[in-house]
Amino acid sequence: MSNQWGPDAVMDRVRIDAAGMHYTPLNMAIRAAVAKGAREIEIDHVMGQRFIADGLKGDVRLIIHGVPGGDLGMFMSGPTCIVHGNCDHAPGNTMDSGLIVIHGSAGDAVAHSMRGGKVFVRDSIGYRGGIHMKQYRDKRPILVLGGNFRAFLGEYMAGGLILALGPPPDRPIRERGIGSGIHGGRIIVRGDVDDEYLGVGAQKSPLTREERDEISPLIREFATYFQRDPDVLLDDSYVQIRPSSSRPFASKYTWE
Amino acid sequence: MDGRAIRSALSMMDERGSGEGAGYVAYGAFPEFADYYAIHVFFDAIHETKAAVDQELSKWGTIVHEEEIPTFEQQNIRKIHTPWRYFFQPDARLMPRSTTPEDDIVMHLVMKVNTSIPGALVYASGKNIAIFKASGWPEEVADFYRIQDYKGYIWLGHNRYPTNTPGWWGGAHPFNLLHWSVVHNGEITSYGTNRRYIESYGYRCSMFTDTEVVAYLFDLLVRRHHLAPELAVRALAPPFWDEIDRMPGREAYLNRAIRLTYGPALMNGPFAIVVAKPDAIVGFTDRIKLRPLVTGTMGDRLYISSEEAAIRVMEPEVGDITMPRAGEPVIGRVYT
Repeated sequence: MSNQWGPDAVMDRVRIDAAGMHYTPLNMAIRAAVAKGAREIEIDHVMGQRFIADGLKGDVRLIIHGVPGGDLGMFMSGPTCIVHGNCDHAPGNTMDSGLIVIHGSAGDAVAHSMRGGKVFVRDSIGYRGGIHMKQYRDKRPILVLGGNFRAFLGEYMAGGLILALGPPPDRPIRERGIGSGIHGGRIIVRGDVDDEYLGVGAQKSPLTREERDEISPLIREFATYFQRDPDVLLDDSYVQIRPSSSRPFASKYTWE
Repeated sequence: MDGRAIRSALSMMDERGSGEGAGYVAYGAFPEFADYYAIHVFFDAIHETKAAVDQELSKWGTIVHEEEIPTFEQQNIRKIHTPWRYFFQPDARLMPRSTTPEDDIVMHLVMKVNTSIPGALVYASGKNIAIFKASGWPEEVADFYRIQDYKGYIWLGHNRYPTNTPGWWGGAHPFNLLHWSVVHNGEITSYGTNRRYIESYGYRCSMFTDTEVVAYLFDLLVRRHHLAPELAVRALAPPFWDEIDRMPGREAYLNRAIRLTYGPALMNGPFAIVVAKPDAIVGFTDRIKLRPLVTGTMGDRLYISSEEAAIRVMEPEVGDITMPRAGEPVIGRVYT
């Protein structure tokens, strides 16, 4: 950690060189900077370090250059993480609030069990994106992705919103088990999804005008982060996938 | 390539292990003995156990050269076994009815030693293939054998986190039989079925862990049944029936035939696996992708790993990181 006023001065901006650094000292350096009032922390040469910004609280912005390891921003509450590179598994795992913007792709189980905040991924994500996202009162997590997703998107989803803006409509979606076991929340996909790719308990329906209006700010936000033309995305057709009833699995585990 | 790069790649993923087992394989490690089977043995109390192995080998062929595998003391590795390697020439005349007598003699020897000579475990038996494994962290095991002193054209490495069976030297990956080596992340929950199936063909499971069946299944399906590696993977991780039903006629027929013929070879449970043979490597995951696998290429090199960062440590400029689909093999072929 370094800055022009020396290590003990209160500093707005901090730069950390993570080359060869284990994630424990890296996270200690991040927390120390936040404790001293840093508002922006830029981290260079990130290479596989897990658990970056986990459990981190506060109004701080992390700019991450490189390829962070799994569970970026797990339990994070408040901060913003901008990643210039690809993420590994489960960025946004059980995140409470805040923002993760990934200028690249991400691995399996993106936004795993997410409770609040937003995750934006420019490119593709792996399997089980948004698995078990949940919501409670004003806490409503949002996952937006610009590329492809793989099977079991929104598996066991209990709340929140997944907005899949890719692949482009001329490339049909052939990923099985979308919304498999979904019992809350919504998955909105650009283009269309054949019924055979819907998971157990998932049901497809068109978007109402109000629902379309609801996603347009998210599309504009996505377009701003990644310099995309929002109009193309706004004009396209979308379909939403929701639980087939208020309790699709009522008879599976209980007797009434 | 020497062993330094793969050591640095594995050290990115220490979190995935528990220090109870790690290992490496190098293809092309013994150019001066390339034509002989490099039979690796862990001996307990070597003065008492080695004579029986020597005798068994001498019955079936000639020991051309043998040596204790050089090791270098590491703080956390307790050398409870003595690793030894024989370079062995089987006598093909002793198995006259086989079409691959040398391989069959060596396979017989591996199974015989591992089931009947207590204190001796054959853990590798291929030509020009070196295996380095022990209980420890990947960096320690690499330094224990000084893998930087070996060169190979294919390297696999593995860091083990034993879950269902104890960690021990023989249970560390890679698993090897003849020309096959296997590294595996996950559990094969169908192990019981797979084991009964493979043992009906003369293989004997002796490593107390699930992964060894993968090496034996590849040996059976590819070496003995002559399936292409793509079709062997199709047998082990086949498409779902509903997917087969939607395939066009001939493709559906082929996939149905593979599933029906090789039903007991189907592997269930979470897995990401890389298998090597002298002219290729193949990586694949279970059908619903319960374990990670990413690939990258750079020039004529193919990298397969659990994590992208491990590839980037070896090849910082790698351009095409991709995630193969569940159950679909990624194959790298060696060209000469």
